[in-house]
Amino acid sequence: MSATAMNRARCDENYNFAYLDERTKKMIRRAILKAVAIPGYQVPFGSREMPFAFGWGTGGIQVTASIIGRNDVLKVIDQGADDTTNAVNIRSFFARTTGVATTERTVDATIVQTRHRIPETPLAEHQILVYQVPMPEPLYRLEPRRRETITLHALADYGLMNVKLYEDIAQLGAISRTYDYPVIVDERYLMSPSPIPKFDNPKMHMNAALQLFGAGREKRIYAVPPYTSVRSLDFEDHPFEVQRWLHACALCGARDSFLDEMIVDDAGRRLFVCSDSDYCGARRAAGHVGAGQAIDADAARVLR
Amino acid sequence: MNAVLAAEKLGKTFTLHQRGGVQLPVFRGLDLQVTGGECVVLTGRSGSGKSSLLRCLYGNYAPSGGSVRVRHDGAWLDLTTAAPRTVLDVRRRTLGYVSQFLRVIPRVPALDIVAEPLRQLGIAADEARDRATRWLARMNLPERLWRLPPATFSGGEQQRVNIAHGLIAAQPILLLDEPTASLDADNRRVVVETIRVARDRGAAIVGIFHDDEVRRAVVTREFDVERFRL
Amino acid sequence: MRTQRESSGEPMSGDASDDPLLSARGVGKRFGARFACRNVSFDLFPGEVLAVVGESGSGKTTLLRLLAARLPCDEGSVLYALRDERGAQRGLTDLTHLSEARRRWLARTDWGFVEQNARDGLRMNVSGGANVGERLMALGSRHYGRLRAEALHWMQRVELDTTRIDDLPATYSGGMQQRLQIARNLVTKPRLVFMDEPTSGLDVSVQARLLDLMRELTEELHLAAIIVTHDLAVARLLAHRMLVMKDGRVIEEGLTDRLLDDPQDPYTQLLVSSVLQP
Repeated sequence: MSATAMNRARCDENYNFAYLDERTKKMIRRAILKAVAIPGYQVPFGSREMPFAFGWGTGGIQVTASIIGRNDVLKVIDQGADDTTNAVNIRSFFARTTGVATTERTVDATIVQTRHRIPETPLAEHQILVYQVPMPEPLYRLEPRRRETITLHALADYGLMNVKLYEDIAQLGAISRTYDYPVIVDERYLMSPSPIPKFDNPKMHMNAALQLFGAGREKRIYAVPPYTSVRSLDFEDHPFEVQRWLHACALCGARDSFLDEMIVDDAGRRLFVCSDSDYCGARRAAGHVGAGQAIDADAARVLR
Repeated sequence: MNAVLAAEKLGKTFTLHQRGGVQLPVFRGLDLQVTGGECVVLTGRSGSGKSSLLRCLYGNYAPSGGSVRVRHDGAWLDLTTAAPRTVLDVRRRTLGYVSQFLRVIPRVPALDIVAEPLRQLGIAADEARDRATRWLARMNLPERLWRLPPATFSGGEQQRVNIAHGLIAAQPILLLDEPTASLDADNRRVVVETIRVARDRGAAIVGIFHDDEVRRAVVTREFDVERFRL
Repeated sequence: MRTQRESSGEPMSGDASDDPLLSARGVGKRFGARFACRNVSFDLFPGEVLAVVGESGSGKTTLLRLLAARLPCDEGSVLYALRDERGAQRGLTDLTHLSEARRRWLARTDWGFVEQNARDGLRMNVSGGANVGERLMALGSRHYGRLRAEALHWMQRVELDTTRIDDLPATYSGGMQQRLQIARNLVTKPRLVFMDEPTSGLDVSVQARLLDLMRELTEELHLAAIIVTHDLAVARLLAHRMLVMKDGRVIEEGLTDRLLDDPQDPYTQLLVSSVLQP
């Protein structure tokens, strides 16, 4: 681990380690254990007031706060980037309340907290991925009643979701969901993977790392243990497909990563750039170079 | 005994609760046995209970006393205490009925009305319709009427559909209530012939015939319902 | 007071089965101190259509919900001839002994329920095809093309315009919605269908055509059915048997044509004589 990649900030002695009191951490750890024991099952927990508004990752933060130790190395990303407001904020919060080392490199991290993306770099067994989840209930838009969805999950009664997917194909020709694409975990529970692009869904399957999901406002925690089956819902004759681009990353030339589309001028010309800033940076550091040129609007296509 | 239909001490009294419970006695203590090959003609004045007797024999009316038994699947069955599905099975395979007026199932074509008893016996739709076609032709019902529902037919046309419907399944026991009432002479002859054929092949028939000529042509014996009048 | 009760008689030779499909034994339901329905007993056999007839407040709708295990009985029990996943008979099972999961599975495979108001029995926000295919999807069917073919087949069977397969039920007429409800229920080939006033609220001509369809389907598919209705003409047309209910009790029962042509109980006579003949 290079010294420049890690930051040891001065720990603020006014707060308990990682902000939460020990009883709360214990409660959350119990919830996490239960979640790991029942892959994909939403475990209710006593979500605390955090110094962040709801909708800014309080669930993920509470999970991270409960598992982080003095020797951990933390990476925080938002939409794949380490340098957005959300990621910077959360990283500095943990730096301040734990004094734990932080990094922007996926390979150096032991805990990666993420909003809406999975890192391109494959994770290893010693790593934990913590997702920030706005709405943990995959059936929410189809069945808003909590009492009813609890029963549906208990009975594995997921016809409703299948109906929705059928309807998409009937009305639109294809399943329309491109993010927060519903999955079946361990062939049992229907789960919302959080609003990651469907491009990332395959990464969840048989991942060597532990994946934890925290929803602060909705007060639910769930988990996918390492090497667990995660299957995206589809039909036999309309199989699940990920997004593909015609272009490579303009900066590093990668053809296999999720690309952000950035409009660079008033003529509508675009740059396609890796969403995962660490992945792109590492490739450039290794000598890969992209075309570096903006593309005309009508030449820009994304295959869904 | 060789009887296939037996009414024992049969009684019928109507109680009209809507009219303060007034009772209308019809008959009592009626005994009737019918064997195969017989055509028993019920006699008695209008209102003496001939139709009511037929309906009791069919299970359509509930007797006030006594019993009606039929020979069904080689054993005696008491129709008065049988379960509804049993009565329906008896009607399908053993006991046929031609009512005085066609109770029209609305919107069903005449051909399908006539084919229905065969369908209920499990006969395929095509064959059932074929046989129904032959019956309607025998009854001289004009072909243009076959695919129409009988609601708008004349009385005679409806009656011919009714007869075909009642006889097509060739049950061993037949109950006929004024089957020729609305028919002209030619059609009466056809019906008479059909009844005679059924009787001669061993069917047990109980009938009410208003027309003397028809009665004489089919009767083997008469049964006076008025004897049991209350 | 029950009159002229035809008891379950001798076993039937030539009938499809000697065993009842559904058996109600002393079924009763209380709301507070009042019994909405009490002491109802009967056996229903495969392919039999039973009409439960009565006026408002007679308890017929409560009875239907008890029989369909949507309400728990306060008295008595309802038994059903369950079949397991392989289709083998398991004898009469008391429905109160079923887990919620099993009850839901039963309700979406071997049973159908046609609601009085189609909106209660359909998903109004997904297309007709999705409505028909839902049960199959819940049972694990995952081939879009085959699901769609099944939906088209059943829509045709209930005489719905198949070009409307992708239209939302809200765009269907009332009669079409009822037909869609029927298709949605029949797709898993249930042996027993419950119907709650299936034709009320519809135009007379629409009612008539729907009744014809129901008549054909119950015969063709050898369906057993329990139909709650206040309309005696519906009972006459569709049912082999009838129960007449008043104030929560069965006051007369038996063969449909016998009940309608020769009613014995004073209330039954009142009901029958009250029907207007055009």
